[in-house]
Amino acid sequence: MSPAVTETAVTIRVDGQEVAVPEGATILDACDAAGIDTPTICYGPTLTPVNVCRVCVVELDGSRALVPSCSRPAEEGMVVHTDSERVRHSRKMVIEFLATGVDVSQANELGQWAEHYGADPHRHVPGGETMNEPVRVQDNLYIRDYDKCVLCYRCVEACGDDAQHTYAISVAGRGFGARISTEFDVTLPDSACVYCGNCVAVCPTNALQFKTEFDLREEGDWRPEDQTVTQTVCSYCGVGCNLELHVQDNQIVKCTSPDDHDVTRGNLCIKGRFGWNYV
Amino acid sequence: MPPRPRGPPLADLHFGDDQPTEAELAAIDAIVSPADAATVTETERVVRGGRIRRQGLRHLLLPVLHSLQHEIGWISPGGLNGAAKRLGVPPAEAYGVATFYELLRTTDPGHTNDAVHVCVDPSCALAGNEELRESLEASGAKVHNSPCLGQCERAPALFVQGVGRPDRVPADDDEDFRLPQAGDPGLRVLSRVGVVDSTSLDSYREHGGYQALASAIEMGPDAVISAISDSGLSGRGGAAFPTGIKWRAVADEPGPDKHVVANCDESEPGTFKDRILCEHDPFAVIESMTIAGLATGSPHGWIYIRGEYPRATARLEGAIAQARAAGLLGDDVAGSGQRFDIELRRGAGAYICGEETALFNSIEGFRGEPRNKPPFPTTHGLFNQPTAINNPETLINVLDIVTNGPDAYRSVGTERSPGTRLFCLSGRIGVPGLYEVPFGTTLGELIELAGGSVGSLAAVLLGGAAGVFVGSDALDMPLTLEDAREAGATLGSGVVTVFDDTVDMEAVVVRIAEFFRDESCGQCVPCRVGTQRQHEVLVELQGSGQALTPQRAELIDDMALAMVDASICGLGHTAASAVRSAIDLGLIGNSS
Repeated sequence: MSPAVTETAVTIRVDGQEVAVPEGATILDACDAAGIDTPTICYGPTLTPVNVCRVCVVELDGSRALVPSCSRPAEEGMVVHTDSERVRHSRKMVIEFLATGVDVSQANELGQWAEHYGADPHRHVPGGETMNEPVRVQDNLYIRDYDKCVLCYRCVEACGDDAQHTYAISVAGRGFGARISTEFDVTLPDSACVYCGNCVAVCPTNALQFKTEFDLREEGDWRPEDQTVTQTVCSYCGVGCNLELHVQDNQIVKCTSPDDHDVTRGNLCIKGRFGWNYV
Repeated sequence: MPPRPRGPPLADLHFGDDQPTEAELAAIDAIVSPADAATVTETERVVRGGRIRRQGLRHLLLPVLHSLQHEIGWISPGGLNGAAKRLGVPPAEAYGVATFYELLRTTDPGHTNDAVHVCVDPSCALAGNEELRESLEASGAKVHNSPCLGQCERAPALFVQGVGRPDRVPADDDEDFRLPQAGDPGLRVLSRVGVVDSTSLDSYREHGGYQALASAIEMGPDAVISAISDSGLSGRGGAAFPTGIKWRAVADEPGPDKHVVANCDESEPGTFKDRILCEHDPFAVIESMTIAGLATGSPHGWIYIRGEYPRATARLEGAIAQARAAGLLGDDVAGSGQRFDIELRRGAGAYICGEETALFNSIEGFRGEPRNKPPFPTTHGLFNQPTAINNPETLINVLDIVTNGPDAYRSVGTERSPGTRLFCLSGRIGVPGLYEVPFGTTLGELIELAGGSVGSLAAVLLGGAAGVFVGSDALDMPLTLEDAREAGATLGSGVVTVFDDTVDMEAVVVRIAEFFRDESCGQCVPCRVGTQRQHEVLVELQGSGQALTPQRAELIDDMALAMVDASICGLGHTAASAVRSAIDLGLIGNSS
């Protein structure tokens, strides 16, 4: 390597366009750089890619199967197709498959992608297996509605290696019976959970919800369009975490932190996440 | 034994209140003594876990869970806590691992009787597994339905998982083992099977054992790998990857932390070849692994064997101990100055763990979920280190190549598929069993060799559940990699299951779909949901008595294409292949 080179770039071809990205960037990064919108579910900008949902797959010349763009590093000279018949088909089927077993009505953008690719969950055999889990309401902070869970592993990652290092949850079971679970499905207060809520923050389908949001939805009074978001800095300690307070009818209904914030990377602790009742 | 690095300090983990009983503690102690427990350094309470701790004690998680299951009959909250604490594994992750495997139970069975497993896959269904189940239940046993137990040649198969006493396969008790081809001078891989005393190193040596290792040491690593490459040997597990390329890639990786793994986790329905090799020629597995270790410069050997194979496990363990005592394993292998030793790990009932990267995760103490490739095992294998992984059939071929040279090896078979191949024949066949024939033998010749089909042949399942059904028009097909590929088929793991026209083929196809549904690890959406929906659509079809509608045919094709194109691993890629071939052949979906 020449010392004169300050930044190594790799150039790949995406849908006919040449795209240069830094070494180590993924195909998804290249798609983003090329202005190509890509559906993702299990991918999160603050998480290690686990490439399990397979909705971001692309066709890569020389590869027999499609490849997940979120985790595959871009290599010099790669030729990628993001809108081929095969790509559209697999993306359609992934969304369709999820919608046959899970309530994805609160999953961001998935509905639009379903329409875009023509996913039709109703053509499958009526009465097929679904998640069929009761909503787990075990405390006043957040709830787990596994009928909305697509097993993207994001909560497991946020609880474990990627953020919190608490390891309160894991995937348990196998196949269609797999579920996110504490050991022996003990309740969250009995588990290692520290209520940082970082799992809630990364959940793409609203399977994990603030209890406040859950209650308002139950009452039919959840109105995102009427909510305002106020940025502030958490007052509990000196770390300086940015908070985004979501307010409806002059009440805080949930609290997030921006993914791109230097300090938090979207993460908070129990105090910042849930400790706003005093306001 | 390979070194067991202690890993970084233990995370500040949270354990619940459940405590292990004395019996559970003893079961844990049997694998990891309290003195070796993971510890927290008080001055350095670094919170590290998950992947980072992969090289601590975590690779002993599955052995500890096995021990609890075996001694107690299930894994209780107290037992799990005790195991997790001893190993420094988060209890939720240990639970995730325990619930991954069929042979481990996480609910109290309420008794300490042995668990009796009866196979429900095609060859056993044809051989009266229902009658076996009824007679066992009549005697008071609680019977578990099991996927293929790898005993198809002596169907119906039964496996008894002991509680407090050894696991056993009743068919092993009264066996006077004899190969159908016993005495055939054309046998290469099977030449010692049924001839050698598989419990005796001396007997193995008398039958030519360890000559290949001596030759390999004399030749040196480079010449050994060149010979393997020149022989054209390819993997016998299904993917048929060239063995020489694999070994060369591992040999070229720098550093001493490299591994050789024998994948003895064959679970493809209809496959029993590696069981027979491990039971009846275990030293050959050890010797060939040793050659692989020296050739690739990998000091660490691992055997990962199906939990349902107690006798093969015992014989391999016996062979390892004898080889070690004779200086054929250890710090100085046969005077070569090189180190190689072998650790054995048992699977616990998961087809997916035969997939190489799932197998690595299983050994490491994680859920047996396949990894995305690339990177490939030759650079990022076991413990993310360079790894050569082969199955016993592939490995034993190496002995012949090293001893007799690549030219002699190529004297049978075809140019692109040199050598011989093992086939597991079962179902409606005259003499079920393990056969070795040169590549290029036709399917019809192979079936005739095994006594011909019983009844009027309707279909052959070639390559197992992950393979395809072929009809009688395929009997002329030479069994080579290239001919199979051209015919849209696969030799897979060498399964040949024969069905006659009395067999309810719809039931067979629905069972195959059910097998994939049950065995999907659940990680990726196309396979987790696709195998479920595929099974549902076939059950609907089976119940309807109607022909397949164009809408349903399209749905099956759509699901299949997504599984082939977008799944992470080979399980998803092949989950629809037998089903679709059955539809093409009219075995299912024809109005009747």
